[in-house]
Amino acid sequence: MEKLQISDALLIQQYVEGNENALAALIQKHKSKVYGFIYSKTNDADLSDDIFQDTFIKVIHKLKTSSYHEEGKFLSWVFRISHNLIIDFYRKSNRMPMNRDTDEYSVFSFLSDDSPNVEVKFLKEQSENDVVKLLKFLPQEQQEIIDLKLYKKMSFQEIADHLDVSVNTCLGRMRYAIKKMQKLVKEHDIFLVN
Amino acid sequence: MANIYLKEKKVQTLEPKKSTIDFLLNYSKSIKCVKTKHLNVLVNLN
Repeated sequence: MEKLQISDALLIQQYVEGNENALAALIQKHKSKVYGFIYSKTNDADLSDDIFQDTFIKVIHKLKTSSYHEEGKFLSWVFRISHNLIIDFYRKSNRMPMNRDTDEYSVFSFLSDDSPNVEVKFLKEQSENDVVKLLKFLPQEQQEIIDLKLYKKMSFQEIADHLDVSVNTCLGRMRYAIKKMQKLVKEHDIFLVN
Repeated sequence: MANIYLKEKKVQTLEPKKSTIDFLLNYSKSIKCVKTKHLNVLVNLN
């Protein structure tokens, strides 16, 4: 049986007309991406839950009072709300998260290695650590592109909507980020294992 | 020449707690928009 993906526009319309199940469907559809986005900035599960909740409370308010006009950018709009709430939180607590990586989860764990060999595993970990260090040398906007594309698995169109730039700009930043990384590997004499 | 080989690896799926989502759904049901002459106001139905 074919599973139809109901569009955000239709779900929003149904919700505004009084169908509460449409809200449930909207949240189910986007919860992983939104929560993942928040968690990548906070590294704190409880805080992420709070910000996720506050984000969707704002979404509910805007939808119920017809303050939101659907133009095919619902997810980008939700990301903006959560991003602003994160900034507000850290402004109030007077600190910014300095490091995305924790013991339990590394944002940049995306090197693949299927070999069961212990030596290769060790080298892979070394490479992973080196890549993490190298990413910090990239300009902020290039780090952001890699984060959104590889960690949050957003399409380039979604990234473009979120950052309010063109798709070509996103593609360009990604290309420059990869080129810069390759240059840094050479400069730092790093040997990376596939 | 060293190459950077980036490939997606299965990562832990991050999701909000079920209670968070349940709260949002209940919250939505508990409020209603009342349209006045100049404003749309949310009122609590409880």
